[in-house]
Amino acid sequence: MSAVPILLSVEGLTKSYGGVHAVRDVSFSLHAGEILALIGPNGAGKSTCFNILNGQIAPGSGRVRLLGRDTTGEKPRAIWRLGVGRTFQITATFATMTVRENVQVALVSHHSRLFNMWASAPKLARDEAERLLGLVGMNGFADRPCGELAYGDLKRLELAIALANQPKLLLMDEPTAGMAPRERIELMRLTARIAREQSIGVLFTEHDMDVVFEHADRILVLNRGALIAEGVPEEVRRNPQVRAIYLGEGLVYDARHREGASA
Amino acid sequence: MAFYIVQFLTGLASAASLFLVASGLSIIFGVTRIVNFAHGAFYMLGAYLAYTLTERLSGALGFWGGIVAAALAVAAFGVLIEMILLRRIYRSPELFQLLATFGLTLMIEDIVVLIWGPDDLLGRRAPGFRGAVDFFGQQIPTYDLFLIVLSPIVLGLLWLLFRRTRWGVLVRAATQDRDMVAALGVNQKWLFTSVFALGVFLAALGGALQIPRDAANHAMDLNIIVDVFVVVVIGGLGSIIGAFVAAVLVSELNAFGILIFPKISIILVFLVMAVVLIVRPWGLFGKPEAPARKTPGLTVRPWRPLSGNERLAMIGVLVVAAALPLISGSYVLTVASEIAIFVIFAASLHFLMSVGGLASFGHAAYFGLGAYGVAFLAKMAGMPMIVCLLIGPLLGLLGAAVFGFFVVQLSGVYFAMLTLAFAQIVWSIAFQWVGVTGGDNGILGVWPAAWAGGAANFYWLSLGIAVLVVAALRIMVFSPFGYALRATRDSALRSEAIGIDGKRIQWTAFVIAGTAAGIGGALFAFLKGSVFPDSVGISLSVDALVMVLLGGVETVSGAIVGAIVYKALNIWLVSYTDFSKLVLGAVIVLIVVAMPKGIVGTIETLQTRRARPAKATILASQAETAE
Ligand SMILES: Nc1ncnc2c1ncn2[C@@H]1O[C@H](COP(=O)(O)OP(=O)(O)OP(=O)(O)O)[C@@H](O)[C@H]1O
Ligand SMILES: [Mg+2]
Repeated sequence: MSAVPILLSVEGLTKSYGGVHAVRDVSFSLHAGEILALIGPNGAGKSTCFNILNGQIAPGSGRVRLLGRDTTGEKPRAIWRLGVGRTFQITATFATMTVRENVQVALVSHHSRLFNMWASAPKLARDEAERLLGLVGMNGFADRPCGELAYGDLKRLELAIALANQPKLLLMDEPTAGMAPRERIELMRLTARIAREQSIGVLFTEHDMDVVFEHADRILVLNRGALIAEGVPEEVRRNPQVRAIYLGEGLVYDARHREGASA
Repeated sequence: MAFYIVQFLTGLASAASLFLVASGLSIIFGVTRIVNFAHGAFYMLGAYLAYTLTERLSGALGFWGGIVAAALAVAAFGVLIEMILLRRIYRSPELFQLLATFGLTLMIEDIVVLIWGPDDLLGRRAPGFRGAVDFFGQQIPTYDLFLIVLSPIVLGLLWLLFRRTRWGVLVRAATQDRDMVAALGVNQKWLFTSVFALGVFLAALGGALQIPRDAANHAMDLNIIVDVFVVVVIGGLGSIIGAFVAAVLVSELNAFGILIFPKISIILVFLVMAVVLIVRPWGLFGKPEAPARKTPGLTVRPWRPLSGNERLAMIGVLVVAAALPLISGSYVLTVASEIAIFVIFAASLHFLMSVGGLASFGHAAYFGLGAYGVAFLAKMAGMPMIVCLLIGPLLGLLGAAVFGFFVVQLSGVYFAMLTLAFAQIVWSIAFQWVGVTGGDNGILGVWPAAWAGGAANFYWLSLGIAVLVVAALRIMVFSPFGYALRATRDSALRSEAIGIDGKRIQWTAFVIAGTAAGIGGALFAFLKGSVFPDSVGISLSVDALVMVLLGGVETVSGAIVGAIVYKALNIWLVSYTDFSKLVLGAVIVLIVVAMPKGIVGTIETLQTRRARPAKATILASQAETAE
């Protein structure tokens, strides 16, 4: 492992809202090309972790190192420029633009042309946008208004946007929430393929255990803000504490279950 | 020393009305999320009605009874307005709510003239508070002392009302979470109505209590609303305590500002407001607001550049416009020049509010600054016209750069209120700083050079500049910068997450819009041959808003169509009726309620519907529910 560079390392992250300890003393690291899942029940603090990682909120304490740099407290836009793509639990896209334009804006920003006031933006980086849309299987949607997309398509669009800056790290907060089971599996397979091909590190969270166990190289389990388990899927699956949390929710991983779903 | 204490007490007394109106505005906003622009109009109605009632009813009982009865009557009127108008727009974008209540203000202004005539009315003295007490040789009116005592009492009563009654508990719950109250089975409609009634009652009471101090007059609605906006921006919208503290603060700053900067006393308030906004953008006692409802959101039709044919059509229209001097006389040409200038003005606001989602209620400030810039250069420095036209608008740029820095820190209603307050500050300076600006008399004799003299030449000049400005703005709309600006408007979260510095983009857009408005103002100064504080005034700012709205806020070319239609209508209207505000106000209210997409937006919707019948209906229904 030591030959592979560490993309992200987190030490002692803590964040509380009033009396609620959303995240407490979370530490972990992620290597290039690794797919790491962050799982946990609702309200465990997963989104809060993502928001700290991409600079949307400042941690109460702790440090975040991205690509060898201390980025604690930096703005999301600065972190994005380092090569971090992000998708949101609740999609955030530009509703009044077409699907292609959504990607073009990200590309134009990546090429640092935001203050260009005379070029025609719809003509800029068009091929690149088409390529990204093709990657997530949305070629046919390029001219559709983003505001009328189905939720599952918005999720795919978010992935295309997140890939626009040729990221080294992808942060994906519930990338498949709100999608049909079949779409979910497809989207995650796609993400995993892109990540492997381009050696992108992925941190994702997901409530669908099928998806998690199929793709994650390693799993972190968060409960009430604290990491309670970490390891390869096999280890985590056997962990009694994890079982205890998930048993109540009927989410224990079951191999047969998955085969049933993908059949 | 005694003098300063008396000055302080006068300030406290002035705070009373300010507090009453501001707390009413805050209470209404807390529950309904509407910033009621018409609050100043209700205040004015309170004063006029109280004047009539206290004149008719005799004795102490008649006086005090008249004051309370006036406030109650206006509150009842408010209930009517709430039920007829506001209930239709609770879910509309904030801009539309502000505009509808502004339209209401315009209507009430003319109704007041209709009923009470154009003169100022000085009410009679309050029985029991006619005299003054002597304070180390300084006189303090006893009525002032009464007002000083009154505000804390009202504050206390409001506190009791909200803490000790079931209704108050409901209101507080609704302020925190509207949907929860609906879920509890409370009749939300009547909760809103009663809250609105209370708010209006407080405003009208504030007005009624003013009549022994100041004459009731026609400017009092806008004067108070600007002060009230400043108060709630400082104190925090939705907070009654905030309204109290800030009302006292603002009144004292005004009372002492006169002593420090007699010419431009408003500067002091401005400085304090700027500091508060930097330190606590949501006010001293306010809470950070959830993201504002987006101004756009009626349709999801993406914008596109003009096609080749459409460009040809545009050129055709321009050729026809340029041929106008061949067929018309100088009056028509002067009107047409004015329309061209207002096309520039409306297009500049469009860039800010449609592309940037930043609805400025004080855009006239930059128009006026451009006009004054030209006037200074032409009259004081004796510069030739061409130099004036090139450099004059830079004053608009400068103003937009300074004010824009502060305003883009805010969004939604706070943005609207702050832009209005800044514009009002510019207006006050233009009005008060007589030595430089000529005050009310303006600056006269700003005539165009010979090459631009004559109606036809000036028209061609205006048309040419309008085409250049509109084309430049349009290119920017479809440039990467325009996309970044729209991206920031559509989703601040996403745009920040793809490396866009939203505030910087918005600030730049504000400066661009301010400069473009300044260009319009510069031409306007030459067209009229003079500059008056009017060209910085609120009504001009609102004219621009209405033009954009009338044309269609969510379209690319709506502002231009809106400006032409509105200006032509306006000029025609003013020559036919004395009550143009009444008509104008009604038009605004009607557009908001009945045709929120504007002329161009409605046409586009019809076109899409014809092109894709099935899909367009789905779209339209989505569009209605989308906020
Ligand atoms: N802005 C906030 N203010 C107050 N509490 C918050 C805030 N954001 C999150 N919390 C609280 O922090 C805790 C963690 O929230 P978070 O959104 O990170 O959970 P999550 O693991 O992403 O849950 P989910 O699976 O539902 O998305 C929750 O108890 C939540 O209520
Ligand atoms: Mg979450």
